[in-house]
Amino acid sequence: MSALVSLLALGELFPRGTLPYLVGGLLVGLGASVIYLSTGIIAGASTFLESTLSYVSSVERFNRFKYVTSRGWRLVFTAGIVSGAAVYVLVSGSGLWTTDVQWWRLFGGGILVGIGTRLGKGCTSGHGVCGVGSLSNTSLVNVATFLVFAIGTAQLVQAVGVAP
Amino acid sequence: MSKTERSSLFLAIIYLGGLIFGFGLAISGMAKPEIVLDFLQFEDFGLLFVMGGAAVVTGITFAVATRSDRVAPLTGDTYKRRLKSFDRNVVIGGSIFGLGWGLSGICPGAAYASVGIGNYPILWAIAGMFLGAYAQGYLRALRSTPAETVTETPSD
Repeated sequence: MSALVSLLALGELFPRGTLPYLVGGLLVGLGASVIYLSTGIIAGASTFLESTLSYVSSVERFNRFKYVTSRGWRLVFTAGIVSGAAVYVLVSGSGLWTTDVQWWRLFGGGILVGIGTRLGKGCTSGHGVCGVGSLSNTSLVNVATFLVFAIGTAQLVQAVGVAP
Repeated sequence: MSKTERSSLFLAIIYLGGLIFGFGLAISGMAKPEIVLDFLQFEDFGLLFVMGGAAVVTGITFAVATRSDRVAPLTGDTYKRRLKSFDRNVVIGGSIFGLGWGLSGICPGAAYASVGIGNYPILWAIAGMFLGAYAQGYLRALRSTPAETVTETPSD
């Protein structure tokens, strides 16, 4: 009986199950590993923002050597991410999907993500996956910080009744 | 590395890696802001498996590669761990990123993957990210002094 209760409680923690999350996570790690083992490059997703800005902005900061020399492959990496998700739609037959989250949340959140990931030297892939995988103290501190702030923000937004 | 970067095999591998990465983000639900928000609101803890599973795979890869005396075949570069210097910007930036992630349910990689599943409203988030990154870089360029210039690892 107690085993059944704990099983039900586990089901509540994972209403959509755990397998898609685990398989997805392993593939995210595999994608980063394929690039790393072939090239030695640790691919983060947020530097794409700065390196791509170097195409259109003359601000010296965006035109540093490391951005200009990497902007080509970063475009290809991002194109790969977009196509990988599109391939998932095709093979899973899940159909195209759009969010109900309101535009101002996406836009305002996007601005903060753009500032925060660049100031903080990385995002969920750079710090969260590759930095944590490297057991980097800097990354562990960054991840703990953004998790705490994200949970607080999401709970606050929900508490004031904004949905979705 | 500029020569090898232009080689088609180099770009093909980058594309393949991105493809697997994006497929993983889509199957994991990270490309849907609603699922990320459910995690942050403690309604679905599945996201722990995404970040945990990914970090375990990269962790094993990094550990094995950095212990070998080989170099990366396509670039000749030595294998390094992802280590960034720590300063207060790591905490301030992480806090601002957390505010944005909690408000929108979207982070950079997942936003690109979201385009791939047809989620066109996500372009609002991507436009915001470019705007935020531009504002951050522009303001820092205004304030920075030559002494502030630090060398960072070229990766990420």
